[in-house]
This record gives sequence, C-alpha cells and structure tokens, in this order.
Amino acid sequence: MAQKPVREFFVKQLFAKEWDHYFTRLNYPFKSVLVSPETSVEHVLAAHTWLKKDDLVVKPDMLFGKRGINNLVLYKNKKPGDVDWDFAKKWMKEKSKSETELKSGQKGYLTHYIVEPFVPHASDEEYYIAATAQGLQDVLYLSAAGGIDIESGWDEKVTTVVIELDDDEKKIKEKISKGLPKDIPTAKKNIFVDFAIHFYFFFRDMHFAYLELNPFVIKDKNIFLLDAVARMDDTAEFVMKEKWENIEYPASFGMSKKCPEVEAIEKVDHHSGSSLKLSILNRKGRIWTLVAGGGASVVYADTIADLAGVTELANYGEYSGGPTTEETRFYAATVFDLMTREKNPDGKILLIGGAIANFTDVAKTFEGIVLAMQEYKEALKKNKVKIYVRRGGPNYQEGLKNIEKAAKEMGLYIEVYGPETHVTEIVKKAINV
Amino acid sequence: MTGLFNKKSQAIFWNNNAGAIQRMLDYDFVIKREIHSVAAIVAPTASRKFELFFYGANQIKIPVYVNTEEAVKNHPQAKVFLNFASFRAAFDITMEALKLHHFKTIMITAEGVPERMARLINLEAKKQKVTLIGPASVGGITAGAFRIANIGGTLSNMMQSKLHRPGSCGLVTRSGGLFNELANIIAQNSDGIAEGIAIGGDRFVGTTFVDYLLLMEKDPKIKYMLMLGEVGGTDEYEVIKAKQEGLLTKPIIAWCIGTIAENFSGSVQFGHAGASANSNLETARSKNMALKESGFYVPETFNAIPETIHQVYQQLLKDGVIEPIIEPEIRELPVSQRKSKNFICTISDDRGDEATYAGIPISSVATPDTGYNIGDVISLLWFKKRYPKWATDFFETVLKTVADHGPAVSGAHNAKVTARAGKSVVESLVTGLLTIGPRFGGAIDDAAKYFKYAYDENLSPPDFLMYMKNQNIPIPGIGHRIKSLKNPDKRVEGLKNYATRFFPQHALLDYALKVELETTAKKDNLILNVDGTIGILMVDMWRSLGYAESEIDEFISGGTLNAFFILGRSIGFIGHILDEKRLQMPMYRHPFDDILYDE
Repeated sequence: MAQKPVREFFVKQLFAKEWDHYFTRLNYPFKSVLVSPETSVEHVLAAHTWLKKDDLVVKPDMLFGKRGINNLVLYKNKKPGDVDWDFAKKWMKEKSKSETELKSGQKGYLTHYIVEPFVPHASDEEYYIAATAQGLQDVLYLSAAGGIDIESGWDEKVTTVVIELDDDEKKIKEKISKGLPKDIPTAKKNIFVDFAIHFYFFFRDMHFAYLELNPFVIKDKNIFLLDAVARMDDTAEFVMKEKWENIEYPASFGMSKKCPEVEAIEKVDHHSGSSLKLSILNRKGRIWTLVAGGGASVVYADTIADLAGVTELANYGEYSGGPTTEETRFYAATVFDLMTREKNPDGKILLIGGAIANFTDVAKTFEGIVLAMQEYKEALKKNKVKIYVRRGGPNYQEGLKNIEKAAKEMGLYIEVYGPETHVTEIVKKAINV
Repeated sequence: MTGLFNKKSQAIFWNNNAGAIQRMLDYDFVIKREIHSVAAIVAPTASRKFELFFYGANQIKIPVYVNTEEAVKNHPQAKVFLNFASFRAAFDITMEALKLHHFKTIMITAEGVPERMARLINLEAKKQKVTLIGPASVGGITAGAFRIANIGGTLSNMMQSKLHRPGSCGLVTRSGGLFNELANIIAQNSDGIAEGIAIGGDRFVGTTFVDYLLLMEKDPKIKYMLMLGEVGGTDEYEVIKAKQEGLLTKPIIAWCIGTIAENFSGSVQFGHAGASANSNLETARSKNMALKESGFYVPETFNAIPETIHQVYQQLLKDGVIEPIIEPEIRELPVSQRKSKNFICTISDDRGDEATYAGIPISSVATPDTGYNIGDVISLLWFKKRYPKWATDFFETVLKTVADHGPAVSGAHNAKVTARAGKSVVESLVTGLLTIGPRFGGAIDDAAKYFKYAYDENLSPPDFLMYMKNQNIPIPGIGHRIKSLKNPDKRVEGLKNYATRFFPQHALLDYALKVELETTAKKDNLILNVDGTIGILMVDMWRSLGYAESEIDEFISGGTLNAFFILGRSIGFIGHILDEKRLQMPMYRHPFDDILYDE
C-alpha cells in the first residue's frame, strides 16, 4: 500500500462529484468520457450526446505525462478545434494498433483515452495549480503561466505556498491570498484565490498525495480543468470508500496489463491483515523469487540485478506480516504457475528467501509453500527448476527441514540455508558467481 | 538520560497481543530486569482486570485497562506507549495517548495508516517532543535493557545476535526483517549493537534517521552507527546535512537498498510504501553516491556491508575507541518449568511462617494492642488495604446497625423455623441468609446504584423522582413502615451524624437529603431509611478514599454492599438460632386458620 497514480478521468470525475461541496461560487462544466477497449460506443454516445455535437480533444489516459510533446494530443484535423467524433474514433483506433514509444523510452500499447470538448482559449489564459504533501507541510504551487512549459523557468513562474498541517481555515485563506502570483489578471484574481483555497481543501480531504492541474482555464465563473495528474494515498481507502467508489490503480504505461493472477493476489492482500505483493517484471526471466519481507525482497531484487542482470529477474514480490498457511499456499502456487508457463532450455531458478523473521512462523509459512510445490511438482520438474532457500526466524529449523525433505521426496532440486548464511548468498549460489 | 530506553523503562501496551508481550517478559527475564517492561495492557473490550504471563518460571499478572487514560493514572512511571491497534484504529488511539501529555516514546506497528493521519500524529508528537517510532515499525531495542515487542525475533536469535547486552553500534533501518538481519551481521563482524530502531516502512514515519542518529551521537555507549536507507523520500539527505554541519562525528556506515527500482522508472512498488522514488534525488543510487561523497562508509553493495562493518570496527578497536567486551552470564529461560495456575489469590497468603491478611501477619492484627479492629480486618481482606480509622469505624457502625431487627423479619423468621426443625447452626443460618435478596436487605445496593446514577447525571431531585417514576420503580432507600419526619429513625440519625462529623465529604448524602425533602413533602413517612443511608454513605466513603468511579460501580455491582448486610445480619441470625436451641421449642407448624384456602 502506498501512493498510487490514478487516471485523469478519475480525478476529473471526483472533482465533478464533489464540486458543489467545495467550489460553491464556481462552476465546472464537467464533460469527460473514458474510452477503453471495453467501452461500448453506442452506450457512450447515448449517455454523452455532446460527443456528436462538440469539437473534441482526445488524449491517452494512461498515467504518463508530456502527451503534447509526444504528439499524443488530438485537437485538430485541419485546424485547431475541428475534431469530430468520427475523426477521434479513427485516431484512437489508429494509435492503438501498434506499439507507441514515448520520448522517455517507455514503450507500450495505448488502450485508454480521455475524450472531452475542445475549449478554445489563448495560451496566456492557462493557469497552473498543484499541491503535494511534504513532511509536516502541504505545499501549494500557483502560476499564471500554466501549460507544457511550466518546468522551464519554474522559479520565476511559480509561487509556493507552504501550509502547516495545523493551520486553521483563516490562516490557510490568508496564506493563499498572499501567495497569489502577481501576474494573474486583476479581473480574475478573486476567482483564482477562491478556486485555489478550495482546491487545497479538496486535495486535503480527498486524501490526495499529489494533485496537479496544468493547465486550467478561468472563464467568468467557469473553471475548465484541461489536464489533471494525481496520486492517491491508497491506505485511506477505508475512510474514502464511498467518495472514491470504483477507484482503480492501473499499471503504468509499458508495463503489461496486470494479469488476472496478480489481481487475485491483490485481492487477497486487500482482505488480509498480512501483506502479499506480486509484480511481473519479465515473464521470460529465468529467476523467480518468493521472498518474505518488504526490505529483504528489495535486497534480493537489487542483488539479482547486480549479479545476473535485471532482465533475468522475472518477478518482484513479498509476503510478510504472518500470512496464514492458505494465503502462502495461494501466493506460492500463483508464482509456480506463472514460472512454469514457458520453458527455458537452461532451466529456471526459484529463490525462496527472507531475512530473520521477527514473529512470522517460518515453519507455518513454509507449510503453505510445500502444499503449492505438491500441486506443481510435475511442472516444476519439467521446467528444470532449481530451488534455493534461505530463511531465519521463529521455527526456522523445522521449516527448513520440512521443505528440504518434501522437495527431495518430490524429486525436486533444492538447497536450504539458515541465518548463518548471508541473506543473499543463495543468489550467488544459484547463478554460480 | 542518553539512549531511548534503560532497564527501568516501562511500557503500556495497547492491545492484548499475548505473544509479543510474553516475548518482552522473556527478554526481561534473560537480561535480569527487576521490573517488568510491560506495566499494563489496554484493551477496550477486556472483561478481565489482568492477564497472566510468565516471568521466568513464575506466573505473573499484568493489569488490563479499558482505556489508556486509566492505565496512565495507575502506572504513571510507564512512559512508553506501544500501539498495536489496527491501521483503522491506530490514528485515534495514538491521538488519545498524545492528549494525555504523558508518554516520551510512542510506537505504532500498524501498516497502512493513511498518510495524512500519520502526518497529523507526527506533528503532535513533534510539538510534544515525543519520540514516535513508526507507523509500520517492528520497534526498537536498547540492548540489555528494553525490547519493544517482537523486535529481534526469537530469544535464541537475540542471543546469537548479541542483543542481550550492549555492544558499540547504533543501528537504524526502515525494514524490520533487515533490522534482524543486520543485528546478526553486526554481531558476527563486531561486538553487536547498543541500540537499534526500525523506523518503519511508510513514507511518513515519525522520528526519522537523522533524529535517531543525533541521539546516538550523544550516547557514549555508541561508537559508530549503521543506517540502512531505502529508495524513496529524502530523509537520508537530512543525515548528510547533519554530518556536513558537524553534528554527526562518529563513523557512520550507510547503504540505501532499492537500486533495482531505477530499472522500472517508478512503475513497480518495491518493498515498503515509502519505497518509491518521486524524483531522481530519491533513487537509491543517488542517495548512496551522495552519502559516499559526504564521508559516510558506503559499501559497494548491500552484500559488502559485513566487510565494511568489520573494517570500521577493527579500526575503532585499534584506535582504542572500543574496548573488547566481557560477555555477561546468560540466564536461561526455564520454559519447561512453566505451569499455569488454576487459582489466583490476591488477599491473603498462608505460605510463610505465619499466614497474612493483605501482607500483614495475623498476629499483627489480632490482639487489641495492635490497634487493628474488625473494621481494619474487613478492609484488609475485602479491599486489600487498611482503610483510615474513620472508614473502619464506619464499617463497624454499619455492622452494629444492621446486626438484628427482631424475630419477625423474614430472614430471622426462617432461621428460627429451621432451628426448630432440629437443624444445626450452619443449616439454620444459611436458611436465614438465603432470604437476603432484592426484597430483604437488597435496598442497600439499589439505593447506592440509583442515587449515584442520579447524582452523576446531574438530575435535580424532582427530575430524579420523575426518572424513577418513568422506570416504574419505587425509590430504593426511601420510605419506612412506621418512622417518619416527626418520628425519625434513630439508626439513620446516628449514621448521618457520624458521617457529617468524620467523613471528609458526603456529597451524595447531601443530595439524598434534598431528595428526601421532595419525597417527605408528598408523604411524611417517605424518609431516607437505614438501607438507603448505608448505601449512599458507602459511595461517599469510597469517593473520599479516591477510588475511580468505575471501581465504585464494580463494588456495587459485585455485591459488596450486600456483603456488609450479610455479615452484620449473620450476628443477629446466629443469636436467634442459639435462642431457639436454648428454648428448645418444638417443630413449628403454621396454623390452618392463618391461611386463606381456595374454596
């Protein structure tokens, strides 16, 4: 659990839902549609008749920024503001067909787009606002020079308002009013301040970790949110359940779409008091890990990347906080299933690693791993999987003894080590360094 | 005081996490702590007042409270708060604890406390200069003095990692598992750690690397430090800054894990919630480079940490900064001798030369020259301490007042009938006693209960009358068959006079007398009767003695007031029984003509 990026569409939808509560004197003409491979076009067109009437803007909504620079914002056919639905549809189809490479080097298939009405405006009407959490303060960034160039000349363009967590409403209002950029046109000053103050309250109450609007446009009392980037603190889900309804945390662009197995693990993790995490880094990688502990798992990943190269590392994951035998069985079985799908002529390596546990019962968790081994013993053998185990903690002797005995009886290759062996020594042993 | 904890540090443990508490007590035993490291447990749904644990082979009781405030009131010396509440409750529980302005160190173990809530906790802790370990932390340890919950793992692992006595390294990590791993590595490559903390895996943890390192800098036991950082956040730069400012002069070994993360441009969450780089500055590689450039001992990789420790330690040995340690004797944990007890006794003890009442030998209370009367003995055996004279005299006044009320009352009558049937003293006595209940003698309990309720709720006397009327209950302790305002009950007069003269305060009696003004205005005989007076004065007595309201409520609901009536009236019952034995009256049969038969 941590800070997680969310789609632009989600952010705008949340703004729209909460708008009247926060921005009582302002108006947000919310018109946004998320188009994905699962979208039913008829449905969308029926629900959003403006799609057929308005000039449109289309952008991928897949967590990456700099879409303008990457030429991925559709706003003109022959001239700015002449994109209709048919053209937009054609463009999305075209873009989704082949792999897209961003200037950052990220590669992947475009699947999700946000479609909105084109809002004609001059570039000097673009404003910037962002809020972030830093230690014991919240920081608000305000600028009259929004748009894609905001980062160049940041210090001149942007004013910073630091809000202490215990500032009261009056103080917050005062600070934001004082921190207003000097170059906001006089006619828009009051609206800007009003918006910025309530933007901050919205950011705070909705448990954003980061929220940026770049740009937004002010027309009379209307606020147009042209672009939004945000990360949510997903640990707040238990308090925000209703407001965040149907929140999803997409995999970042270029990462393969989360496979159903990973989603299943996430679901178990969500309902368990212990922690189960799994990411697939490279399905074709030879080295698979089954590591206990948020810290140790990172050390294993670091060491594998250092010694064998990052491409050899197939997955990253960890289980911790005393998972039940069944939870561990499910977790291990998922890893075994994924690692035995494609054979590798050189065979594969399974590292069952971990530091010296504080309170997790090693024998109990290994019981779950042994059960999963039993289910997958044939597949593990066929894939020439060599198993290396290292673990310490409560009942580790029993756990090591049991897993070694079970694996040998199943005819699997296994080596086991306890706390007297350095935590990542098995990585060296496995790849013969 | 230097260092986070010492051998006298005590904790209040929120949540009855029996495994973790027992591990703390096991550690206490092995390092020969004289006072238990856990002073009390807080468990809001607890039905027991204590939980049983072992200290070595002996079973001990740790008191349990339903809220932190009560626990603090009873254990003011316990300055460490170990919050083992879930991520849902951790915020509220911690804020409540902070409101008491009592704790010096607070530890939160829950993983997944919302960041904004964690930051609000941090802010309050910082204002109060409280060391806040966590959230998402397994805790910390001052070797040979105090261990938090599960840190260090099993006892055998702790011995192997030399966590039972101070070494010379100060260890700070984010991760709990790697804390153990490093403690072990440090023990293998040097003389072990003096103090160590796992600061917690969340992005916003309370007290952070630099704070702990600055504490360790001041601690003469600590000669060098090891910091294990992580990708994500900028806390490690604070440490660099402190070193550059000359605030950290001891050698510091440092490494940040998570070099892998750069390969995935922040798209995979590696490890802890805090382990995600939001800028280039936050990558493990940048941090490791910056640390190295600033004069920290930075190994080539995580796996080279052992050699770096060895090298730093050997240098400090050579320079005479560290002296070789003489290993202390270890006390083995006698697990096999542990046996749970089936009974518990907290009021008396007959194991020594002489049996004791609440610790006082019987001979020291028995004879008149000791100055102890029967009231003192009651206070020792019923309330586990000697009450002041005004209170024990009150006990005796009550016993004397209720001792008998003639042969006609139903209890005495039953005792007499049974004695005439040829039964023994004890059989006749219990027959009389079994009559005591809601209608006979029970008004004492109820008077105490309802008058206390009305007073606590600030009900005016008329409101109280209305309340009882709505409940459809006659006011207990009010009313007498014959006695009235004009013909007052002398026993009541005596009790009232005694209380006004000798009680430090009698607010509930005063309230009851105001109620009596209302009731007697309606009917002359609705006076405060003897049962009511006793019940109400008992409450005034306990309040004067400083008992908590919850304790007084427990006395009432536990039947303590009834017990005074039972004890006192037994004197009278026995009198009637002996009277029957002496008179040798025949078996009693009730006359037909006194019974109305159904046609």
